[in-house]
Amino acid sequence: MTSIADQVAGSIVAAATETAPARTGAISLPAVGGRELRLDLFRGLALWLIYIDHLPPSLLTWFTIRNYGFSDATEIFIFISGYTAAFVYGRAMLEQGFLVAAARILRRAWQIYVAHVFLFTIFLAEISYVATSFENPLYTEEMGIMDFLKQPDVTIVQALLLRFRPVNMDVLPLYIVLMLALPLILALMRWKPDVTLALSALLYAVTWEFDLYFSSYPNGQWAFNPLAWQLLFVFGAWCALGGAKRMSHILSSRVTLWICVVYLVAAFYVTLTWYVPQMSHWLPRRVEQWMYPIDKTDLDVLRFAHFLALAAITVRLVPRDWPALKSPWLKPLILCGSHSLEIFCLGVFLAFAGHFILAEGGGGAALHALVTLCGILIMWGVAWLISWYKRVADKSAAKKGAGNADLAGGG
Amino acid sequence: MRRSSFLALALIAAISAAAPVRADEAAPGCDVPAALLETGSALPKVEAAVKAGGPLSILVVGSRSSTIGADDSSAYPARLQVALRDKLSQVGVNVSVEIQATKTAEEVAGGLVKLLEGKKPTLVIWQTGTVDAMRAIDPDDFRSAVDGGVGALQNAGADVVLMNPQYSPRTETMISVPPYLDNLRAVAQQRDIPLFDRFAIMHQWNDQGDFDLFSAHHGLELARRVHDCLGRALSAFVIAAAHLGPTQQN
Repeated sequence: MTSIADQVAGSIVAAATETAPARTGAISLPAVGGRELRLDLFRGLALWLIYIDHLPPSLLTWFTIRNYGFSDATEIFIFISGYTAAFVYGRAMLEQGFLVAAARILRRAWQIYVAHVFLFTIFLAEISYVATSFENPLYTEEMGIMDFLKQPDVTIVQALLLRFRPVNMDVLPLYIVLMLALPLILALMRWKPDVTLALSALLYAVTWEFDLYFSSYPNGQWAFNPLAWQLLFVFGAWCALGGAKRMSHILSSRVTLWICVVYLVAAFYVTLTWYVPQMSHWLPRRVEQWMYPIDKTDLDVLRFAHFLALAAITVRLVPRDWPALKSPWLKPLILCGSHSLEIFCLGVFLAFAGHFILAEGGGGAALHALVTLCGILIMWGVAWLISWYKRVADKSAAKKGAGNADLAGGG
Repeated sequence: MRRSSFLALALIAAISAAAPVRADEAAPGCDVPAALLETGSALPKVEAAVKAGGPLSILVVGSRSSTIGADDSSAYPARLQVALRDKLSQVGVNVSVEIQATKTAEEVAGGLVKLLEGKKPTLVIWQTGTVDAMRAIDPDDFRSAVDGGVGALQNAGADVVLMNPQYSPRTETMISVPPYLDNLRAVAQQRDIPLFDRFAIMHQWNDQGDFDLFSAHHGLELARRVHDCLGRALSAFVIAAAHLGPTQQN
């Protein structure tokens, strides 16, 4: 699976810029100067954090950002996905027209769907095994969850419809829906980016006002409501298509910086009260009532704002030409971030496998740390392998002139 | 998965590692960190009842994780009664149980007041969340159901303690418990009532190596020991929340 959205860099893009400006119309394309390593870095970081968060909690879990504020790695992942997708396909739309770009986007959505179904199969295998080998009177009630195995016909069809999703498999369906909407989003962006962003915010508001949601099987709703989370995705797209540039004076102002810092500190304090209940007495009850619940399903405004604050500070602290981006220490993260779909799926799989090993191996702290570390090393290794393969494949393709993987049915 | 209390554990454990207390001296191998047995909220009716010399009537409303098969005498409510009678011997302590198997918080909440009518308990311990998590009930609906239920119990004149789901490592990939833990915590905070963090306590036992909750094959013995420890921890929790000093205890 070649990740198209990841081919931001390189010759295609560089060549494209020369022809693009004449036809940009409403959108101004971002300046291209090689790959935007910061995006890869933070997406790689998000992937690692998502992996750690999906494992049973351990000491390492304390390094993940969700313990220090409202938002977590999912926000980073969705925002950067919106950003890169708009970057790549927005360009394709300008060069090749709406139809071709839409077709490429749909192909990408299909790849994600296939990846999701593949992960579901692995999940099914794992829990079928657990279900048949598990007997513990302490957990009679919890084992009732296996009841869905009694009617695989319904369950599997519902899974294919993305309505039945096991724990930790919520991000890809969200991503699929967002990708399906991307042609429309980009077409609108081409017309008027600001109006598109406003429409997106409107949809978000309507979703909150009328409690719209995607239903899931056997009941309940999607853990990430696409109607709400699209705001982050569209915002990412908007930033990629010139919004970030236009916001630069806001981002560089001291006032913004201080607002962000104050908000992040306040959010950190609130998170502390979750873990140290004694501290909640210093949190005014009225604030508490106004604030809770902080809804993840519908991307609470507090979470969105927290992400914005984090992003604003990050952009300030980590300039595009930050020397450390070239350092070998950050290389693993950047590598993982530049193959996000593959590494994301691998992470979900590794989390399943990790659970399994911990369950079979007794789950000590040392084993736990080892599983986490190995998982991250595997993610790095596979990302490296994909890069290597791509480099070699590109090289030989260039030599032979044609030799496209698509011809062989790959891609 | 914000506010997931099991993340809280590491911090709480780190803070309180210096001062672990035994749920009970007589029960070896189930220490609970002091922070998990402390609560900022009080149980005024329990306190008044005990100081007035009793009787103290407690009702446990729960799902199947409040039982061990048909073995009533070794499930945690019965162990709670034993532990409380031991600690508060001048007061008549009576613990009764209402099991609402496979009912969601919303379904249970509707019938709560009726449950109270015959018994008039001083304290209701409501164990909930597991069924809702398994059925993936909308966490917001869960929260308002619990909130409504707690309100009804308080109006009926009882103190309330909430108890969250068990820590069940084997089903972690299948049941998403954290949103329900969070919402129970939120309701407890808003209503200012104690939350018995069964999830964090069992997690702690597993991490300390007191119980191997990961293991696939265990007979009744493990379940009995866990419930015994839960009963003791719960008794210590209730006594602390009701501010019953050594004078009330013997």
